[in-house]
Amino acid sequence: MSRGRWFAIAALAAAGGAFLAITAGGIGQNLVYYWGPTELHAAGKKAVGASIRLGGLVADHSIVRSPGSSQVEFDVIDRPGGRVHVKCTGVPPQLFRERIGVVVEGTMSPAGHFEGRRLMVSHSNEYRIPGEGEAVDVKKTMRTTQGLDDAPAP
Amino acid sequence: MTAAAGRVLILLALLVSSAGAMAGFAAGARGSEAGWRLTRRLAYAFAALMAAANALMVWALLRRDFSVGYVAHVGSRSVPDWVAVVSLWSSLEGSILFWGLVLGVYVTAATRANRSRHPEYMPYAAATWLACGAFFSFLLAGPAQPFATVPHPPADGPGPNPLLQNHVLMIVHPPFLYLGYVGMTIPFGLASAALLRGRLGHDFIRPLRDWLMLPWIFLTCAITLGAWWAYEVLGWGGYWAWDPVENASFLPWLTATAALHSALLTERKGVLKGWTTTLVMATFLLTILGTFMTRSGVFNSVHSFTQSAIGPTILGFLALVLVWSVILLAARIDRFSPEGQLLGAASRDGMFLANNLLFVLFTFTVLVGTVFPLVVEAVQNVQMSVGRPYFDRMAVPIGIALLLLMGVGPALPWGRATPEQLKRALLPPIFGALLAAALGAMLGVRAPWTLVALGFGGYTAQVTLRELWRPVARRRAKGAGLGEALVESPRRSRRRTAAYVVHAGAALALVAIAVSSTMGTSKELQLREGQTATVGAYTLTFLKAEEVREPHRDALVARIGIMKGGRDLGVLTPRMNHYESQREPVGTPAVRTSLFEDLYLSVMNIDPAQGTLGLLAMVNPMVAWIWGAALVMALGGLAALWPGHRAAAAVAARVDPRVPAPSRVAAEG
Repeated sequence: MSRGRWFAIAALAAAGGAFLAITAGGIGQNLVYYWGPTELHAAGKKAVGASIRLGGLVADHSIVRSPGSSQVEFDVIDRPGGRVHVKCTGVPPQLFRERIGVVVEGTMSPAGHFEGRRLMVSHSNEYRIPGEGEAVDVKKTMRTTQGLDDAPAP
Repeated sequence: MTAAAGRVLILLALLVSSAGAMAGFAAGARGSEAGWRLTRRLAYAFAALMAAANALMVWALLRRDFSVGYVAHVGSRSVPDWVAVVSLWSSLEGSILFWGLVLGVYVTAATRANRSRHPEYMPYAAATWLACGAFFSFLLAGPAQPFATVPHPPADGPGPNPLLQNHVLMIVHPPFLYLGYVGMTIPFGLASAALLRGRLGHDFIRPLRDWLMLPWIFLTCAITLGAWWAYEVLGWGGYWAWDPVENASFLPWLTATAALHSALLTERKGVLKGWTTTLVMATFLLTILGTFMTRSGVFNSVHSFTQSAIGPTILGFLALVLVWSVILLAARIDRFSPEGQLLGAASRDGMFLANNLLFVLFTFTVLVGTVFPLVVEAVQNVQMSVGRPYFDRMAVPIGIALLLLMGVGPALPWGRATPEQLKRALLPPIFGALLAAALGAMLGVRAPWTLVALGFGGYTAQVTLRELWRPVARRRAKGAGLGEALVESPRRSRRRTAAYVVHAGAALALVAIAVSSTMGTSKELQLREGQTATVGAYTLTFLKAEEVREPHRDALVARIGIMKGGRDLGVLTPRMNHYESQREPVGTPAVRTSLFEDLYLSVMNIDPAQGTLGLLAMVNPMVAWIWGAALVMALGGLAALWPGHRAAAAVAARVDPRVPAPSRVAAEG
């Protein structure tokens, strides 16, 4: 092989390596975690500032709406008994109420509550109506919630 | 009864396609004319059986025959007949059946078109198609079973997913997607045939390119229709989210686009044969990967309506196709002998290579971002996704580079160019670039990337228009009238003209995407009846919340009066639809499209009793231009395919693959 050819191969390898590094870095910085309250607490400091989709049920008697604005506060709970307080600025969707599965996109604040940018009611893919008290797999519905992906970055 | 008849049809299709695949491979290996005739007949028989099975299913859907498994799964007495018909592709099993129909149509068309041409390749190609047909017949006979018998038929079924009933685009989007996806089987078969033969002759590149172009057109339409549907139905105000399902349709489009360009180079210069073949096979693999991702429930997103045992079977097929492709490529790629060579980095040749490099990088980026969460979940059992910023950050520079390349590439001459030539080719379009960027800045564009996109778009627009105008001017110089020249030149150089039309559409689409994603306004409003709010230049008044009853759904409708600059623009009615079978309501936004911007209103919550409304209000500039641009691209693609056989055949007869064509001689000096 000629020197020019070796040079071309080396250049391609370098470019490929740089591209790989950029890709890996890009993915690493933009991970979105799907966590419930228990996992959120388990993550500790790591959760502060990270992109998180918090999934769980809205706790009974925990919804507080502030009049005149779309701000809403509530607690999200999960099966293992985790609980986290959420302050959300997004307009709540039609079905938002107690004991419904929700997914909140946002991050953990240093103050210890979850700062929600966007609130969605988990959207079942099944055609049938779930029976009373039937368990809804929140992890599964977390990914199905309409349009959650797409909050335009503020 | 119906179910049993359907199962018989599927089993026959499995039998016929397997036999056809074997007959085809044997005929190819022996060069037997009789074997090729038999293969053709079996191919037509496969298509006929698939058509019959689909007709039977539509009939069962229309009769609400709930003894057929698929009808019991998606049928309903409460839906109108047109919904019953489109239910054919509304759920998993039916969509695989529909896949079989589309494959049958493609195989028939491609077989008939080439029945007396390319005898050395065609039996192998048809055998590959029929092998794919056999796989899908197997899928229908075993794991999918749309024709399962229901022992105790229910009195009524649940009906198809309301999201499908909610908008007409969802009826046209899936057929286009299948026409794009399934159609990639044809070039895959042709490429496999070339590899099996160990030869890719000059005469065989044209059919390869044409049969790649056809599904590419459908895929382009399908991606756009999907984006349009998301925009008009899902109500979050955007059209693209890098959702795994969107990526699944975009990945094969990227490699197919790369392959179309590299095939042009192969056709013109006799180079990159192995590379073109690789891209074609990768495209098919990505369609199967896409089918796996969307149809197995590995990702749960808006499009994956079901989960099933079909996933592993498709995964097995994907592995099989991958092994087949890798082995064929490894064993035979060395036999493709180049007939020419590439010259000069700063030439059109070099720009074609740059194009391919960018498209491959783009594919890789999207693929890694899409598959990464799956790998992590499989290995570490941690659930996550790769966020949109990753895709945006990677896609924006690549998209902008492609936009510039569409200007620089066609401006450069083939082969080596002198510095003088380069200057003359590359400098004048800078005028168009500055003009477009200045215009954008005047209209308020401040985002630097958007200004760059506008500038590159202007550059490309000037080059594209110049190249479109050049043959017209030449004809006029020969004394033709303007009208005659405008009609004649594109006809004489149809494929060239078509390519520039596609480029014009693509450039417009990229600019429109850049503008719409950076120049919009968005507001979340909480309103009471009679209250007024503003978004952009619009004034919105929440007039009233109403309940409306329709045959197959109830709806809560918000009536919103629109004013702009003191002018009354009427009333928009975004709504929430409640379908009987669905717990959650499905919102339908209202979109008012004008030439430069859309006003987009989407109900987030509504309460007629209290008279309150939560509203997402957006002003999205240039979104409609994206749909228009995609239409231009599709029409350009069609123009390239439009049969102009006399001219093409005459050229093909004159060009002997072993003798360099005049253009090649000229280019290589």
